[in-house]
Amino acid sequence: MNAPLIIFFVLAAMCVIGAISLILQRHPIHSALSLIVVMVALAGLYLLMGAEFVAAVQIIVYGGAIMVLFVFVIMLLNAGLEERTNFSKLAGFAGVPLAVALTGLLAAAVARSQDTVQAATQTGATAPTKALANLLFQDFVYPFELTSFLILVAILGAIVLAAPRGES
Amino acid sequence: MIDFLTQQAAAHAEILITLAKIIILLFVVLTVNAYLTWFERKVVAHIQSRWGPHRVGPHGLLQPLADGLKFLFKEDPTPAGVDKFVYYLAPLLALALALTSIAVIPFGPNPLHFKGHDIYLGITDLNIGVLALFAITALGVYGVALAGWSSNSKYPLLGGLRSSAQMVSYELALTMSVVGVLLMAGSFSLREIIDGQATAHGLFGWGGIFRWNIFAGPFPQILGFLCFFIAAVAETNRVPFDLPEAESELVAGFHTEYASFKFAMFFIAEYTSMITVSCLCSILFFGGWLSPFPASWTFTHYLPSVLLIPFGLWVIWDGMRYETIFGKLILPGVGAVITALGAAFLLFPAVNEFIQGPFWLLSKIFVFLFVYVWMRGTLPRFRYDQLMSFGWKLLLPVSLANVVLTASALLWSNR
Amino acid sequence: MVPTHYYLILSAILFGLGVVAFVFKRNIITIFMSIELMLNAVNLAFVAFSQALNKLDGQVFVLFVIVVAAAEAAVGLGIIIMTVRNRQTLNVESVNLLKL
Repeated sequence: MNAPLIIFFVLAAMCVIGAISLILQRHPIHSALSLIVVMVALAGLYLLMGAEFVAAVQIIVYGGAIMVLFVFVIMLLNAGLEERTNFSKLAGFAGVPLAVALTGLLAAAVARSQDTVQAATQTGATAPTKALANLLFQDFVYPFELTSFLILVAILGAIVLAAPRGES
Repeated sequence: MIDFLTQQAAAHAEILITLAKIIILLFVVLTVNAYLTWFERKVVAHIQSRWGPHRVGPHGLLQPLADGLKFLFKEDPTPAGVDKFVYYLAPLLALALALTSIAVIPFGPNPLHFKGHDIYLGITDLNIGVLALFAITALGVYGVALAGWSSNSKYPLLGGLRSSAQMVSYELALTMSVVGVLLMAGSFSLREIIDGQATAHGLFGWGGIFRWNIFAGPFPQILGFLCFFIAAVAETNRVPFDLPEAESELVAGFHTEYASFKFAMFFIAEYTSMITVSCLCSILFFGGWLSPFPASWTFTHYLPSVLLIPFGLWVIWDGMRYETIFGKLILPGVGAVITALGAAFLLFPAVNEFIQGPFWLLSKIFVFLFVYVWMRGTLPRFRYDQLMSFGWKLLLPVSLANVVLTASALLWSNR
Repeated sequence: MVPTHYYLILSAILFGLGVVAFVFKRNIITIFMSIELMLNAVNLAFVAFSQALNKLDGQVFVLFVIVVAAAEAAVGLGIIIMTVRNRQTLNVESVNLLKL
């Protein structure tokens, strides 16, 4: 029971609790807050795996921009509480244990197949950001340029969609 | 029992040292916050030809204490119809994030040596220091937006939405304006950025102040600094960008419905982010703990003592002829402490060498805080549409141009 | 060191919870958030494999997934705003004009 394992379990518990809270909360703003918790916990997990740049980008872009967009839209649309859904109790009583059992089966199957993917040795990358940048701008330059074009198209689309009516 | 404790302390020394650093830094930052409010009120008052706080304690120095007590004892009403969880979460989030950003800032180059452990000044030095600060700034938008929305009232909602839209817009310019510095330093780590400035190619080959990023070749980061400072002032919702919380416009913006201690939390968060921005400006653009004089001018190492001893003597003299008895007792004591500190730096060269770095960094932080307060006393505020068009149409293109020019200059000088 | 399959199981659980939220929630914004949850679960799997195989390609893909999710969120929320303007409700079950 070493320190990384304890940190992993704490962060994983935060992720799962946040995801379950996303499902069980009735007001969308509380679901949004739970999703932010999930994202910050995932950033912690990325840091645990040594992917520091990805962790920072996750918080800056996902947590600081995309979720802010969600929160703005919930505030602007004045979203209220959800009405009670009327799905059957039987589905709850029978479905949840079955889902847990299925997940346990999959988890056991993945855990048994350890010979295919070993737990990694320490990634000896002293400057992972530099190596990542090299990879991004040399091997992956074509997808990089395509994604920047995609963002441009998305910006245009968002402006056209949300522009007030009656204006050219 | 004592043996067991000392043995455990030796085994877990690193964590205990970090914990001690966190507690000390927290106290220091909160005290600096409190006296920053005093400083702001005094300076703004003198700009407006009046005195500011001068009754509570000598020269009003105990005013922050009185304010703190007021915040603690004031009634704390919760409006009806608020979303309780979010209403209590928002100031907590703002305060926690603002205080966390102090953790990555380095305060001095040389470590203290204590019982075989090297204690560096500054809680940690992340490989991605600058990115971590941006991540914390990005999350800071939530404190404002959620506060505005959860208050269940028109003015806070409008103020919160405006304020968070403003923060998100200026975040882009903030991030872009730092990219020039990152290109020149080649790293995200704040210590490495300062170390890069120590050996940079100074303007015209001169040393000292001309090696700082704002003056250094191949491309002086003057544009970058201006963009960063303006965007940072907008991020922290300070004048001239404080329309969302201006009293004459929106009652008090997003923190209208917050009273006493919760308002104090927003207040502390705002001043702490001011301090963080000042630290960042000094570190990224103005050389951090580097002295403006070239390293060969070793006589400048006596500057802290040369400044502190006359200041301490003046405080003693002023205290002796102060009007109240309390002032006549306290001020000479404070002055004596300051004079003793200055004399200690003169007498112990090792201590003098050690505090050179922190002295210069703290002086630069003080200058930037003074500029912040100076702007508050002098400038009128922007209208909201002027503010947004300024951020998107002027600041962002200028910071992008800075990135392109810096990159081109670096490529050309390395060809 | 944390074994890789721990991360993979966590990723699968998060993805499953995202699917459950997608199927059972009726507020359109919450459904959209569950899509983001699924994308995050996939990101976790990418980074876990990147660490296991000691190559950085997984992290590059994570960057692309994050960027594409940002673009999708912008356009998707624009569509949601237009739908709400037209139907005046956030309940997906009421957007049923094409139903037989």
